Amino acid sequence: MRPFDYLRAQDTAAAIAEAGKPETKFLAGGITLLDLMKLNVERPARVVDITRLSGLDTIEVSADVIRIGALAKMSKVADHAGVREAAPVLSESLWRAASAQLRNMASIGGNLMQRTRCTYFRDPGAYSNCNKRNPGSGCAAIEGINRNHAVLGTSDACIAIYPGDFAVSLVAFDADVLVRGTVARRIPIDEFYLLPGQTPHLEHPLSPGEMIVGIEIPRSAALKRSHYLKVRDRASYEFAAASAAVGIEMEADGRTIRDVRIAVGGVATKPWRLRAVEASLKGKTLDESTLRAAAAAAVEGAKSSGHNAFKIALVPKVVARALMTVGDIS
Amino acid sequence: MTQNNAFELNRRTVMKLGVGAAAAATAGVNLSSEKALANNPAKSQSPALGARLSRAEGPLKVSGQARYAIEQKLENMAYGVTVQSTRPAGRIVSIDTSAAKALPGVVDVYTPQNALKLNKPTVYSKGGGATEEFTPLQDDVIRFNGMHIALVVAETFEQAMEAASLLKVEYEAGDAIVDFNDPKAKSQPIDAMAAAWGDAATALANAEVKVDVTYTTSREYNVPMEPHACIASWDNGKMTVWEPSQWVGGARRVVSDWLGIDIEDVRVISPYVGGGFGSKIGAHPHVGLACAASRKLGRPVKVSLTRPQTFTGLGGRPATRQNLSIGATKEGKIVSIVHESWNETAIDELHVEACNNVTKIMYATPNLSSRLNVVPVHTVQPGWKRAPGENPSAYALECAIDELAYALEMDPITLRLANWADIDPSSKLPWTTRQLREAYAAGADAIGWWKRNPKPRSMREGRELIGFGMASGAYPMLRTASEAKIVFHVSGQIEVLSGGTDIGTGTYTILAQTAADVLGVPAETVAVRLGDTILPRSALAGGSQQANNLTGAVDRAAKNARAALLSLAATDPKSPLAASKVTELTLENGRVRPTRRPSGGISIADLLKAVGRNTLEVEGNTFAPGASEEMKNGADRSFAQMKASLEGGVSAHSWCAQFVEVRVDEDFGTIRVKRMVAAFDSGRIFNPKLAESQWIGGMIMGLGQTLLEEGHVDQRDGRTVNANFADYAVPVNADVPGVQVISVGIPDFQASALGGKGVGEIGVVGVAPAIGNAVFHATGKRVRSLPITLEKLA
Ligand SMILES: Cc1cc2nc3c(=O)[nH]c(=O)nc-3n(C[C@H](O)[C@H](O)[C@H](O)COP(=O)(O)OP(=O)(O)OC[C@H]3O[C@@H](n4cnc5c(N)ncnc54)[C@H](O)[C@@H]3O)c2cc1C
Ligand code: SF4
Repeated sequence: MRPFDYLRAQDTAAAIAEAGKPETKFLAGGITLLDLMKLNVERPARVVDITRLSGLDTIEVSADVIRIGALAKMSKVADHAGVREAAPVLSESLWRAASAQLRNMASIGGNLMQRTRCTYFRDPGAYSNCNKRNPGSGCAAIEGINRNHAVLGTSDACIAIYPGDFAVSLVAFDADVLVRGTVARRIPIDEFYLLPGQTPHLEHPLSPGEMIVGIEIPRSAALKRSHYLKVRDRASYEFAAASAAVGIEMEADGRTIRDVRIAVGGVATKPWRLRAVEASLKGKTLDESTLRAAAAAAVEGAKSSGHNAFKIALVPKVVARALMTVGDIS
Repeated sequence: MTQNNAFELNRRTVMKLGVGAAAAATAGVNLSSEKALANNPAKSQSPALGARLSRAEGPLKVSGQARYAIEQKLENMAYGVTVQSTRPAGRIVSIDTSAAKALPGVVDVYTPQNALKLNKPTVYSKGGGATEEFTPLQDDVIRFNGMHIALVVAETFEQAMEAASLLKVEYEAGDAIVDFNDPKAKSQPIDAMAAAWGDAATALANAEVKVDVTYTTSREYNVPMEPHACIASWDNGKMTVWEPSQWVGGARRVVSDWLGIDIEDVRVISPYVGGGFGSKIGAHPHVGLACAASRKLGRPVKVSLTRPQTFTGLGGRPATRQNLSIGATKEGKIVSIVHESWNETAIDELHVEACNNVTKIMYATPNLSSRLNVVPVHTVQPGWKRAPGENPSAYALECAIDELAYALEMDPITLRLANWADIDPSSKLPWTTRQLREAYAAGADAIGWWKRNPKPRSMREGRELIGFGMASGAYPMLRTASEAKIVFHVSGQIEVLSGGTDIGTGTYTILAQTAADVLGVPAETVAVRLGDTILPRSALAGGSQQANNLTGAVDRAAKNARAALLSLAATDPKSPLAASKVTELTLENGRVRPTRRPSGGISIADLLKAVGRNTLEVEGNTFAPGASEEMKNGADRSFAQMKASLEGGVSAHSWCAQFVEVRVDEDFGTIRVKRMVAAFDSGRIFNPKLAESQWIGGMIMGLGQTLLEEGHVDQRDGRTVNANFADYAVPVNADVPGVQVISVGIPDFQASALGGKGVGEIGVVGVAPAIGNAVFHATGKRVRSLPITLEKLA
């Protein structure tokens, strides 16, 4: 590991000022950052510890939004009664992520910033060819072992998955990321994650020193009737083979879908909203065959790299089953 | 399809199974396994041995006081980090170490250009203690991706890691054979391990019903919690190594080989081992680097492999492929088994996975042929992982038997009983004990086998398909004579000493129980010291033999100690009992007393005090009378004295019957094991709590093997790309269902001195086929390769 300086920020302004300097990283729970530093993927000269900053770990559920501070722990948010009541999908996508120990350390801001689990990305000693680490060097994964690589949103430069769960829920329910730098701004979550294109090393629109201070999720009827389904080989403590964050709102007749939200994880280069599937379901009668038929379109444009072909078959089933669960179709 | 009511047993089977089991077999349900057993599980008559004691060293471990190898604090320690190749074959042209050496704290960097000298160690198959001949840095040849090619030594671990990342290695490419599916791979037959009787080919050709299948397993890794990590300390011509070891005698031999020094100048210390599962039997090459660096630098050197490095710093279970054909009559009598297996081995070393160990002894077949082959590829030399040989052997065999049962429309247990082997079909020798029918009956009863609908894909709950599967297995008895010593201290302390190690299995506990049993003292008052080459000689903690080896030796030592105490009491003039005859004295409850006087007497400590002695040391061993020192050393530092399962004209094995219930999601293909039940014949059980823990641990390891574990080898460069715990998944608590284990063994004094058989490895035998068969029952789909991941059921 490269030797580095450790700074502890006294307040948010100081943290932002320090982190704006070259080769500097925020340090929250450290679950991603220290891991990648030990692997020599991240080699900051300085880290700015933001964990003691006050006022950034609050969780507020008001009449129309849920606002979560960037330093709130994953476990705290998952267990929060108000969140569980207003937004089951948020709680579920958190407690199905990582392990209890990691959730107790990891922050919501850090969670949004977690990086891909592509094994080639994580092995710089053996693979210099990774466009995400070394722009222009090629991609070791495309012709390598790619069982856990993306089938959606890929490019010929990078097929790395965005591995997280929570952000999939946020994308389904139109959250905003609250950012502070020289100015404060609000970034719609869907724009917070960039497609790899020819620039897979660019993952977020944050400028150096810009800090996530919180997220805001608008409340809705669909959010209240929501669910996160995570499918994986191991029963727990594994990233998704495929996952779906869904929510529905029914018309007064109890049969017709008024609103529906769907995003999938574990299969795409960013949390993947399925707007077309949503549109095709609105106004339809809620039943298994309708859901399965609509879900088939979830993988439109999907591209297999070989070992990950199974994901293309899996995604529609995961989407359909998640919707069946919120729709009480057993 | 044969249901429970069609379960047919011949008369002999009924007699052997016992009335209860036969009733269970015919009535099928509602019979407690207790009643079903003709012979109840071995229960010790004695108070200490056989008791359900918790692990003696447990409190030390959970409170952090047990110091593992690299937790020793030594003055002036240096930290060594190995650098591993990133190419599978070819040659090292050069290694530029200048950037690494320029870093602060770096002591030295060793590469093939300035190698630390290491001699080739003698491998176990040639009479030594090594599991691989490979000695890093001695030449410029690349043998596999992930091979040690340099050692960086620095003042801190972090400095060494950073320096290690700065080496610039120039390779000359070579042609690699990445795995045994590579078209360039060539197999080599291992004729010495083939088996054949009758005319298997003809009998198969003429058989009425046949299955003809290929089963494969992936590269699996032992990945114990404690990584392979050691400290070597050279001092004045002597080498001390703190090394997590299943076999300190073997490690000592290897270190003396590597360094070319007298074995008496090597000490290996291993009081606690955080798991090994076979991977800590041999000291692996990084230990050699630590030793050589310590000798060169004259200071202690600690070398810990990182978790990723453990995947190629030593080998796991090799990938295997087995072709298996079974021919049977329409009535279900097996007439022929034709078997051939292949396993990967290192490009210039030999590891044979004995994939016919179970195949050739389970069933009474008049004709069998089995051939083993190895396939040299550019991989780290594979090693032993729990039940090497037996595990893959039982996997293919017991899946194929299930396939045969379905082909015959016969119940799988009925089919197995119809082909019951009265004697060992391979050696034609009688079994010592084989409580396998009892195991079938008890396991079937506990899981509710006869209540299932045997038709594939016939049972479901919601969107989950339900499957039941069973399989059986065996593990051979290995035995090596060993020594032990008992020391009585005037303080009242009683010590048991052995060089054997406790790899988390409970050696500390059962040896205290063994001594306590003979000496009539509470087990808690006996302190056991283990894992040090200055202690009495012991064979390895491997091959499920150590508990039997060492309880035997400690029992002898304790009996000798009892005799010595009585003799001391009767003959020493200062003893208060000096007037008595030895034959009139008894040792009971830790006191020596005249046999006729039920109370009173003198405690052991008071006796020592009275006769003016601080200690009394007494040895015992299980060697044949007159065994030479050479033989005793051979037992301790080689396999020369190890006796295999056929010793003494009988065939001795542990047996198991595994049963599982699985749930398979019909959409996703995810498999969750809902229940596991296994019945084991491990002979006499010295401590049921510890034995159960071993069995359960083995079963969970089998679950991981079946559903999760697989080394992913990049076909372009032979690199294991999932060499870490996030990508090489092992079961977590959520994967592990309720597990029930049942002991059906009876004491087997032909198998071992105190009647025990192997416990540690049999638990992982038969799990994979039981789950695989259950997945077939649930889904109607036969997956013939491990692991059974969700895409294979898509
Ligand atoms: C073994 C393992 C399994 C896991 N499994 C899952 C899983 O199943 N599902 C899942 O979703 N996640 C999983 N994770 C990822 C885990 O959730 C994230 O590592 C964790 O949430 C990161 O949060 P942190 O606070 O520790 O971030 P850190 O590691 O401290 O920071 C991560 C990155 O974000 C930056 N950063 C941190 N805070 C801010 C901020 N406020 N503003 C701007 N930048 C910031 C840091 O500079 C750094 O680059 C797993 C991780 C591991 C190691
Ligand atoms: S998939 Fe992306 S992260 Fe992985 S090796 Fe290719 S470029 Fe790098």
